[in-house]
Amino acid sequence: MNTGIPLYYFLILATIMFFVGVYGFLTRRNLITILMSVELILNSVNINFLAFNRYLFPHKLEGLFFSLFVIAVAASEAAVAIAIIINIYRRFTTINVEDVNVMKF
Amino acid sequence: MTSNQLMFILFSAVIIVFSILTVTSQKILRAAVYLLFVLVSTAGLYFMLNYQFLAAVQLTLYAGGIVVLIIFSILLTSHIDLKFESLGWKKSIFSALAVISGAILSIVTILDHKFSATTEAAKEIDMRLIGNSLLSVEKDGYVLPFEVISILLLAAMIAAIVIAKKGAPKKVESRTSKQ
Amino acid sequence: MEIQQSMINFSYTAWIPLIPFLVFILLGLAGNKLKPRLSGLIGTSGLAVITVLSYITAWLYFFSGGKVGDTYQKITAVNTTWLQFTENLHVDLGVLLDPISVMMLIVITTVSLMVHIYSLGYMKGEKGFERFFAFLSLFSFSMLGLVLATNIFQMYIFWELVGVSSYLLIGFYYQRPSAVRAAKKAFIVTRFADLGFLIGILILSFNTKTFDFITLTSVDGPAIAQSGGITFMGLSVITWSMIFVYMGGVGKSAMFPFHIWLPDAMEGPTPVSALIHAATMVVAGVYLVARMFPIYVFAAPAALEVVSYVGAFSSLFAAVIACTQTDIKRVLAYSTMSQIGYMMFALGVSGYGGHEGLGFMASMFHLFTHAMFKALLFLGAGAIIHSVHSNYMTEMGGLRKYLPVTHITFLIACLTIAGIPPLSGFFSKDEILAAAFHHNKILFAVEYAVAGITAFYMFRLYFNIFWGEERHYHHTPKEAPATMTIPLIILAIGAMFSGLIPFNEFVTSDGKAFETEIEWIVAVPSVLIALAGITVAFVLYSKKSLIPDRLAASFKYAYKWSYNKFYIDELYLFVTNKIIFRYISEPVAWFDRHIVDATMNSIATVTQVVSFRIRRFQSGQLQKYAFVFVTGVVLLALLFIYLWK
Repeated sequence: MNTGIPLYYFLILATIMFFVGVYGFLTRRNLITILMSVELILNSVNINFLAFNRYLFPHKLEGLFFSLFVIAVAASEAAVAIAIIINIYRRFTTINVEDVNVMKF
Repeated sequence: MTSNQLMFILFSAVIIVFSILTVTSQKILRAAVYLLFVLVSTAGLYFMLNYQFLAAVQLTLYAGGIVVLIIFSILLTSHIDLKFESLGWKKSIFSALAVISGAILSIVTILDHKFSATTEAAKEIDMRLIGNSLLSVEKDGYVLPFEVISILLLAAMIAAIVIAKKGAPKKVESRTSKQ
Repeated sequence: MEIQQSMINFSYTAWIPLIPFLVFILLGLAGNKLKPRLSGLIGTSGLAVITVLSYITAWLYFFSGGKVGDTYQKITAVNTTWLQFTENLHVDLGVLLDPISVMMLIVITTVSLMVHIYSLGYMKGEKGFERFFAFLSLFSFSMLGLVLATNIFQMYIFWELVGVSSYLLIGFYYQRPSAVRAAKKAFIVTRFADLGFLIGILILSFNTKTFDFITLTSVDGPAIAQSGGITFMGLSVITWSMIFVYMGGVGKSAMFPFHIWLPDAMEGPTPVSALIHAATMVVAGVYLVARMFPIYVFAAPAALEVVSYVGAFSSLFAAVIACTQTDIKRVLAYSTMSQIGYMMFALGVSGYGGHEGLGFMASMFHLFTHAMFKALLFLGAGAIIHSVHSNYMTEMGGLRKYLPVTHITFLIACLTIAGIPPLSGFFSKDEILAAAFHHNKILFAVEYAVAGITAFYMFRLYFNIFWGEERHYHHTPKEAPATMTIPLIILAIGAMFSGLIPFNEFVTSDGKAFETEIEWIVAVPSVLIALAGITVAFVLYSKKSLIPDRLAASFKYAYKWSYNKFYIDELYLFVTNKIIFRYISEPVAWFDRHIVDATMNSIATVTQVVSFRIRRFQSGQLQKYAFVFVTGVVLLALLFIYLWK
């Protein structure tokens, strides 16, 4: 157990990072910056898992492996997302998220 | 204050400040660099928590892979020094409100909760343990998620290639129509 | 009267109304594919068959099989349950033979046959020839069903059918707006009166628990025996129901105040006027009272008073109006109204049984003779109109040189209606006056005066058409073809000799024959006043004379009121347009349009507006979706963690 740093600090840190990421997701115009916000969210979740693992269940490994898989998934998702963004750029010549609204009423 | 606490404060300050900068920066390349800093500090946090393997993976994949990928795509799709127009403030106010209320709700819930730690002894985590569990088929084995993730990575690779390439399908169509 | 099985099987009489019905179906569906001549022949031959059947029935009924002891029986020839509501409440269809219905059989079929033959010539070349014969058959079917009804509900069904046939035939020239208006007016006015009829039926059958005529009119039956029972505002329930039932008769027979449709009904072709509006349909009201006569006499004497007063007033009213009309068909229409007033009046002053029932017998007798001479008058008028191409007596004159047959038959009919012996009109009218003399001296005086006025206006009509100054005619008037003159001759023979039929042996109030004789105290004055009327008309109209115009000028108001039919039509129009339409119909229509419809429309509009507004939710914008998502999650978390314990 890490002395001096209660669990709550990690959790609050992760929460703040999560909501900053959400704010970025809701506010940003560029598709790539939205992707960056998503990475922020995923990272905050990772911190959460690892903190729980270290503080509450030090004899198990689940938090670790979960974070590992989250990283793997995040990587593949970022790759596919970039591919889509490039395709959108080719079609619409813009990566403004407001201009990609063809699927509407 | 112990050095642990000091480091924690340093890392968390970096994370918070730079993540806010990431989502509010006007220049896109700077946002990418701020993201890089956030990710590196997160890796530092992992080191503090004694998860060295994961910190290494974080540095390799995230900081070294994804951020580079993002920068490449920035280069491909827009001017580096493209400045964003200022946001409509209605959108940011409403989002801020939603986000802040969510944050408050979460924090209050967290603080309310009593986390009880288990009394079992901590296990020593080293590479051998991680490697064995990753491939073991016993109770604590993670071979199934491992295989699934490998298939996912394969699929993601293929998808990225197919989505992002251009031109080839048209040639195939013209050839079949002649027959 | 007991119902006894007669030795003769009368069930073939069911064919008498059915054959015209089948002809109607045939001509209605296939008429325009047949040649006009053929459809006319089909219609006429159908009528001819049932005329023969009717005469056979009359022969059998009156001379062989109808009598048991000394009373003519009411025979139910056919009766089937048509609509069964409960065990006790059911509507039957059937054929009832008794003296008045058999008499009506003869009247209806004879006049209808004459009209059919006449129409072969009159309507020749008209568009819609087949339709006309189809409707004529429909009417014959309806009228026969009415008179042969075994129960009051069946009578009501056929009553309405007769109204429909009348509507169809009045509006036959449907491209003329005046004809359409007249047809609507006839239908609406009679329909309104039929409301009263229906109310009367309901009250009556509710209290007596039956529709059947034989049960209703039997002396120890539920209607008469329990008549004293429930009262409402001083009159017994049965009286009220009889008054309401009479209201239907007032409408159908064009008595005051529901008479307004009859003059306008002259818009229909003349054969229609002859058949429906002179001889058969308009006497349906009289027939109704006659059919329910035992109830009227024993259980509802107050209603009988109403009948007599309405009848007497109507006949006077109509006679006065007829004196100034110039359209010959309208004169005849008002004459019809006046004569039917006579019939109603006669029923009203009648008693029951033997000599007391003189009024009843006289009414039926007058119905019979009136059918003959009024049909004759109308058909004759048709022949005149056919040759001169005008309805107005101001455009006629001196026609006796050109239309000999028409002239003679018309003259015979006018003499009959005036009541000159030994023509039939004298006998029937005389019996009526005799019955009135014994019962109600005041009304007798009224009807006596009306007899004189009748003679006057009929001969005014006659002299204006056939004598007087000759007008300039576009083409020389020709006598009508044989198909038109033969019915005239036949009807004239009927008018002359039907007075000799001893009705007092056949058609009486209780079925038993009684003795009558000519009462000279009544007969002589009636002939004298008729002769007086004829003389006045002769003086005024037979030659060109200024006296009529001078008289009209000096009695200016009387003339104006009479000519404008006492402004009754205007009164009704005022009431409906200014009062009913404005204060009742318009608010109701406003309510319907702006509140009921608006509610429905607003449901649609609200749906549309809401859907338009919430379209924005599908904006296609990723961040908006995400925002909603995040907000929703926060709210739900709030709800579930903190607020929902």
